Amino acid sequence: MGGPAPGSAAAADRDPGLQPERTRLAWRRTTLSCTVVAVLGVKLAFVDGATAAGVTGLALSALLWIGFLAVAHRRIRALDTARPRVLSVRAAVLATGCTIALAVCGAVLIW
Amino acid sequence: MRQFVQSLRLWFAPQRIGDEGETPDYRFSLANERTFLAWIRTALALVGGGFAVDQFLPDLRWAVRVGLSLALLAAGVLCALRAVNHWIRCERAMRRGEDLPVSRFPAVLSLTVAVVAVAMVVLVVFGRAG
Repeated sequence: MGGPAPGSAAAADRDPGLQPERTRLAWRRTTLSCTVVAVLGVKLAFVDGATAAGVTGLALSALLWIGFLAVAHRRIRALDTARPRVLSVRAAVLATGCTIALAVCGAVLIW
Repeated sequence: MRQFVQSLRLWFAPQRIGDEGETPDYRFSLANERTFLAWIRTALALVGGGFAVDQFLPDLRWAVRVGLSLALLAAGVLCALRAVNHWIRCERAMRRGEDLPVSRFPAVLSLTVAVVAVAMVVLVVFGRAG
């Protein structure tokens, strides 16, 4: 994910406020938060040992985490230019959907 | 509520947002995207807090523990929904050259978090003592 090398043509074209870089780091922070929640979700799934519900919870947590990671990775790749395109509605809805689905899985396990 | 239904339609017909107005400066869109991500992190933190209450406060009674967890999880879900809704409304307002939408959600969320925090302090202190 390294930016353009200093002195290259791409570096001269770079946003002086480093907006794409800051947005990329915001995606990284958010992925990290999602990882923490997914790990807590896995721990939640194994409170009573390896039950069927626990294994399902583990699989769903992992799946949702991978989904979020895929969205974030695509966006981080897309931000690697001087003038990135607007975030697509689909990506925003997918990231939100993964967050909500993690919460719903957790709620079912807690109940 | 009517506004919410309107933006809900945009969620599932994303090409419509490109039909309106002019594309704003990419920097404004990126700032809007970072605000969206900050709200998603808030939602994830609330969800993580809900998981943590269930796991790390096992001394509480079942009903209290589950109630607190589910309240935090519900707050997380609302926060995530609000994140994408507010992002899309800001994006549309920028395209149309209108003022950015205002919202009372931050105030409501702050009050909810404050109430949950006070409830947890009371429960932990008196739960241990009693």
